[in-house]
Amino acid sequence: MKQLYDVLIIGGGVIGSAIAREMSRYRLKIGVLEKNLDVCCETSGRNSGVVHGGFAYNTDSLKAKLCVEGNKIMGQLSEELDFAFQRCGKVLVGNTPEDQESLERTMKQGKANGVSGMELIGKERLHELVPAVIGEFAMYSAESGIVDPFGYTIALAENAAENGVDYFFDNEVTAIERDADSNYVITTSAGTFYSRWVVNSAGLGCGKISELLGIGGYKIIGSKGDYIILDKRTGPLLPMPVYPVPSNTYMGIHVTNTTDGNVIVGPNADLTDNFTYYGVSQENMDYLASSASDLWPCIHKKDYIRNYSGILPKWVDENGAIQDFKIEVQDLKAPRAINLIGIESPGLTAAVPIARYAVGLMAEREKLTLNSSFNPIRKGVVRFAELSKEEQNLKILENPEYGEVICRCETVTKAEILQAIHNPLGVDTMTGIKYRTRSMMGRCQGGYCQMRIAQLLEQELGKKEDQIQYARKGSQMFFGKVRQEVES
Amino acid sequence: MNAQLKEIQVEQVDVVIIGGGPAGLAAAAELYRRGIHNLLVIEREKQLGGILRQCIHDGFGLTRFQTALSGPEYAQRFIDTIEELNIPYITDATVLEVTHERQVTAVTREGMRTWQAKAVILTMGCRERTRGAIGIPGERPTGVLTAGVAQAYMNLFNTMPAKEVVILGSGDIGMIMARRLTLEGAHVKAVFEIQPYPSGLPRNIEQCLNDYDIPLYLSHGITAIHGNTRLTGVTVSKVDENFKPIPGTEKEYKCDTLILSVGLIPENELSLDAGVILDERTRGALVDENFQTAAEGIFAAGNVLHVHDLVDFVSIEAESLADSVAKYVIEGSLKPAAISINTDCNIGYTVPQRVSGEKEFTLSLRVKRPMKDCRIVVRQAGKEVAVKKMKKAIPAEMIRFVISHEKLVSGSDLEVCVEC
Repeated sequence: MKQLYDVLIIGGGVIGSAIAREMSRYRLKIGVLEKNLDVCCETSGRNSGVVHGGFAYNTDSLKAKLCVEGNKIMGQLSEELDFAFQRCGKVLVGNTPEDQESLERTMKQGKANGVSGMELIGKERLHELVPAVIGEFAMYSAESGIVDPFGYTIALAENAAENGVDYFFDNEVTAIERDADSNYVITTSAGTFYSRWVVNSAGLGCGKISELLGIGGYKIIGSKGDYIILDKRTGPLLPMPVYPVPSNTYMGIHVTNTTDGNVIVGPNADLTDNFTYYGVSQENMDYLASSASDLWPCIHKKDYIRNYSGILPKWVDENGAIQDFKIEVQDLKAPRAINLIGIESPGLTAAVPIARYAVGLMAEREKLTLNSSFNPIRKGVVRFAELSKEEQNLKILENPEYGEVICRCETVTKAEILQAIHNPLGVDTMTGIKYRTRSMMGRCQGGYCQMRIAQLLEQELGKKEDQIQYARKGSQMFFGKVRQEVES
Repeated sequence: MNAQLKEIQVEQVDVVIIGGGPAGLAAAAELYRRGIHNLLVIEREKQLGGILRQCIHDGFGLTRFQTALSGPEYAQRFIDTIEELNIPYITDATVLEVTHERQVTAVTREGMRTWQAKAVILTMGCRERTRGAIGIPGERPTGVLTAGVAQAYMNLFNTMPAKEVVILGSGDIGMIMARRLTLEGAHVKAVFEIQPYPSGLPRNIEQCLNDYDIPLYLSHGITAIHGNTRLTGVTVSKVDENFKPIPGTEKEYKCDTLILSVGLIPENELSLDAGVILDERTRGALVDENFQTAAEGIFAAGNVLHVHDLVDFVSIEAESLADSVAKYVIEGSLKPAAISINTDCNIGYTVPQRVSGEKEFTLSLRVKRPMKDCRIVVRQAGKEVAVKKMKKAIPAEMIRFVISHEKLVSGSDLEVCVEC
């Protein structure tokens, strides 16, 4: 018998997962179709992890409104959902009279947007906040912060799943039609799904899904940014993100502390129409390091751990001008389809307000009944490394698997790896374990632990060597055994 | 206060040795023979032996035992001694902290354990430099792994990580893996080295590459990695004397695996937290001839101190610190080392970096580039105090020689230089 969903959400990034969670507050049968093997494989996991204040966006834009709301509720969300968030503040550093004017304009816009906690500060105060910074003055935003983008997205998705949402990975949508009952028939790379409502939260794929829904005309371009990750030894030198003075369309190359104590340098912004190429060139790496060193002179090659890149989906008009978020239902062209277009930065900050806005569009069109069993609380994998020695001792006495360190750089124990392997979403990739525990994210990049993690995945999930995938479909790690074991 | 909260007892011990690999085991056995019996070796793996457990090729022990052994066989000789002498050790225990006051805390399956030691010996070995650390440009598919990881997958986990292989870096482990992969049916297309000379030992070039017709290209680097799921290929370029790729020399190699053998980094995160000062050149501790670091009572030997090319010298170095550690445990201090050892531009580094001048010591060093018919000269205040003649000196081979204290005077630093 075919399952008819009330809502199918296309794209399980931070937006799709936030929508899934917000909708699970109501009595709805919800599914998420995700083409990757986990929830934060694209834009949601590939960014600066900054929780924005909301001052950088045009007043009255959705970007401004939803960002400001998202910023305000981030503390409560992080408590409900158990992900790392720090309201550490941030500074935009300037040197010239033009910079000063620009920062004053930014502050004025911020005030109009409803942002609090902004002030212009002089050199002395700037160096109290960030001793290593280079600059004459700054705009300080006390309400800005940082979040673990993996932990945040996974938390939303797991809480949605715990509240009854079905996640379908490895399901890339290839066609959308409507049947005689006007229900949506969605064909994916793995099967066919039926639903009354559809949500397009496909991120980089939003233009394509919009076309499949019959809503054409949205031009999406990618803005690709590369980053370098630095060793945790550099963390204490950067207590908050340091940005240059922003332009209207681009935040500029900045240095950002992470919730785990690393520093990330980037991003540049290269326009691209290739939404699957995540390579980082030598020129860009060199450019990032030299450019960011003008703000924060602590970038040394010996501290490089890794580089990565992310692509923001930007909706542009025919002149190439970047547009606001678009969150709509076009009742004539595609009834009961919530279409989200150009959800780029500050989408991470604004995810839950975006989701509530989307639910609002639904509620205007049909009566939603509260789900009385909705539970907003979700617990993530315990972080052994963050406990005191006494707490660590207690944990081991409760469960000896906490007494076995698998990842030495990040002090991740076997108990944590096992919790991650048996995650509520059923994700079974190496990066699935990585994003949930920080194993393989340290300075040796899995040199010590990846063999043990691959082996635990095989043992716990009954997989063969050649079934272990690193991240994306096709990222097979092994070609079988070296030698076959002979039964004696 | 939680009534259940079980307090972590502090256990008293003369010496804690962190790491039960070749350095730690050799140090433990020698200390025991010198009468220090209240010691403890802490090993994070399930067995003693360290990285030797995965080094199943032979060639170990030629200096230390005058016979060719495999890695596990070499380690077993030391493990047997540890067992025979009943030297205390624990496995499955990961040290999380060493304090300046020599308090050592480890995670074990029985709970957190803390020891107060009179002396601590750091023998944690090293880790491999990764793709991210050297910043190779390109995409990030799976199939890019360090030689040691590939070795562990094959030799400890019976898992085949590669079929069509390119190797970057001519380090010893990379060359050994070229042979190992070939023997297990993989196809190793080439080894590329960015330096104009090999970084591994001549015998490995002969036995691991030449014997299997695997080409070695010097002055070549990888300038792009391709594939967004599994690796599909790499772009290789010739490089100039500043290691910059020469435009027009790019060549594509199709492969599913890129093995990196691009250097080892002494693993000193614990040491730094204990107040040990590192030498920028070795990335190991600054030590005196007693192998004492800048943190009093904390000593270091083996690959955590400086990366060795032969395990035999790891053991010999660790054995040679036993005298000093025993003396320190009994007397509570050692003679201060006020004489610095400075080097000229041809020397990569020396160990030790400072000495007291009151006792004979072994100077270990590496040259920065290959040289022929040269003399390594040690001078103090312009006067030669030691000379070693070398027909051939290469960076891949550590040079060691004994320097007598009889010619040394106090108040003046030592200069080490190469004369051709």
